[in-house]
Amino acid sequence: MPTFSVRAHKDTRSGFGAGLLALGEANNDVVALCADLTGSLKMDAFAQKFPDRFFQCGVAEANMMGVAAGLTIGGKIPFTGTFANFSTGRVYDQIRQSIAYAGKNVKICASHAGLTLGEDGATHQILEDIGLMRMLPGMTVVVPADHDQTRQATLAIAEIDGPVYLRFGRPKWPVFIPEDLPFTIGRAQTLVQGKDVSIFACGHLVWQAVQAAEMLAQKGVHAEVINMHTIKPLDVEVVLGSVGRTGCAVSCEEHNRYGGLGDSIAQVLALHAPRPQEFVAVNDTFGESGTPDQLLIKYGLAPSDIVSAAERAIRRKG
Amino acid sequence: MIMSETAPVKAQDTPIDELARICGQVRRDIVRMTHGAQSGHPGGSLGCTEFMVALYFRILQHDPAQWDMDGRGQDLFFLSNGHISPVWYSVLARSGYFPIKELATFRKLDSRLQGHPTTHEGLPGVRMASGSLGQGLSVAIGAALAKRLNGDDRLVYSLHGDGELQEGQIWEAAMFAAAHKVENLIATVDWNGRQIDGDVDDVMPLGDLKAKWASFGWDVLEMNGNDLADVLRTMGNAHGRTGKGRPVVVLMHTEMGQGVDFMMGTHKWHGVAPNDEQAARALAQLPETLGDY
Repeated sequence: MPTFSVRAHKDTRSGFGAGLLALGEANNDVVALCADLTGSLKMDAFAQKFPDRFFQCGVAEANMMGVAAGLTIGGKIPFTGTFANFSTGRVYDQIRQSIAYAGKNVKICASHAGLTLGEDGATHQILEDIGLMRMLPGMTVVVPADHDQTRQATLAIAEIDGPVYLRFGRPKWPVFIPEDLPFTIGRAQTLVQGKDVSIFACGHLVWQAVQAAEMLAQKGVHAEVINMHTIKPLDVEVVLGSVGRTGCAVSCEEHNRYGGLGDSIAQVLALHAPRPQEFVAVNDTFGESGTPDQLLIKYGLAPSDIVSAAERAIRRKG
Repeated sequence: MIMSETAPVKAQDTPIDELARICGQVRRDIVRMTHGAQSGHPGGSLGCTEFMVALYFRILQHDPAQWDMDGRGQDLFFLSNGHISPVWYSVLARSGYFPIKELATFRKLDSRLQGHPTTHEGLPGVRMASGSLGQGLSVAIGAALAKRLNGDDRLVYSLHGDGELQEGQIWEAAMFAAAHKVENLIATVDWNGRQIDGDVDDVMPLGDLKAKWASFGWDVLEMNGNDLADVLRTMGNAHGRTGKGRPVVVLMHTEMGQGVDFMMGTHKWHGVAPNDEQAARALAQLPETLGDY
């Protein structure tokens, strides 16, 4: 299997900040709003360079979502920034009525998603946000894998006319997605080709999946690794093509096992080509304080967990 | 000029006696729409009739024939208390946004006139979904900021229920508008003192409402929302107070159910449609002026 060179270790939220700054320079209609987390979201550079197009909202996320919706009336492209928990669960009705149902061109950008938020604990570690956003009609849901891809995704979602949820995180993480791989919303990226099992992953778990594939290769198992950076609309063609060749699937996500990437893939398989699927996800529980690495191990999201899941899926092929 | 059914009324020219005639017809529309659907919210709709008619036929700088979502170069209006959709739909149709006969489809399957207003079915004149309360002030502020960024000197208006002010998001928005000096916005409040469960003072008192808005940094005006002359005078005053670094709010005293005697003086007609006999009694008090849909 191909080896991936790690170019750097960077946080995906910094990729968002870099993308937002580039968008601000390229497009006068891009505006940004933040709810008292400008530093955490890496929105400082945009705020300093474009003070007229940056709106500090204070600790008032519901209003931020409504103001963003209003800014689209007049042609602005608003990017909201706060933690994933406050970007979704806290403001679900505002997003549902004023953004999704109203069809407004708002980009909801969410950092500190999942367990890898770390020490702040479960109040802030949302594990339900992909499901919440995926259920809204017309919502695009994007979960990029590394810093550079988060920058690419930030630029790409500005080109979509409609609401988008962009999910990224806090920790420094390997930057490893090959630079020459094209990035298109809705098109999955096949990172490793294999014939025995299809491993679908998103966000930080793509790196875990690549490591798992290397461990499986040493055991003589050829895993296919696919970066499902877009959860909605899901790349059905790639899912069915891969599972058609390998005969089984593993889904990997930093999210509850209900509602996220795993459910999305299971629905495609159930409708078109039922095959065994194993879920690497948080097992319907809340998180807790700890370091990102400790939490990924305790909650079953380590490369070794993906290896075990792949072996179970292969055994179930019969 | 040939007037078609949907030709725009010359909004700024409508004399006050004509506004009064339109109010009578709009009230008939409200009663007939809620009776026809056997659901909907007549009380607040009747109470806001003078304000909404004055807004669309005299105050707003708008051209229904040129309607689009962005509304550049036009005044914008957002109805935050979306449940009083009957009065809004009536004035939108009567001022030329869509065919008057479409009022007959209110709340019925496949209609653009949903129970609560929405952009989803493409109804001209509507720029935001509303119904879940407390969200419209934030939206109006965002639209006002877009006008500021676009160098568009037209204004943004919004209407809110007094019960709706119990939603926390309203006060988040109030803080934001003052902090960001949103000076091209006139918010209005239908201060009828009643909500679904009873009198606002019994359900959840609002305290000193004028002082609340003032302490949040707004320029506060009051008017009798059922007196056309006072509405025109006070809204003109409000217009003169825009552009001075502060958002403006007009607290509007109204009577829920105004114009239909048995719907006044109670909260009971907030969200109840008249039956056949009640509709007949109501319409007998409201002579047809412009022709029923």
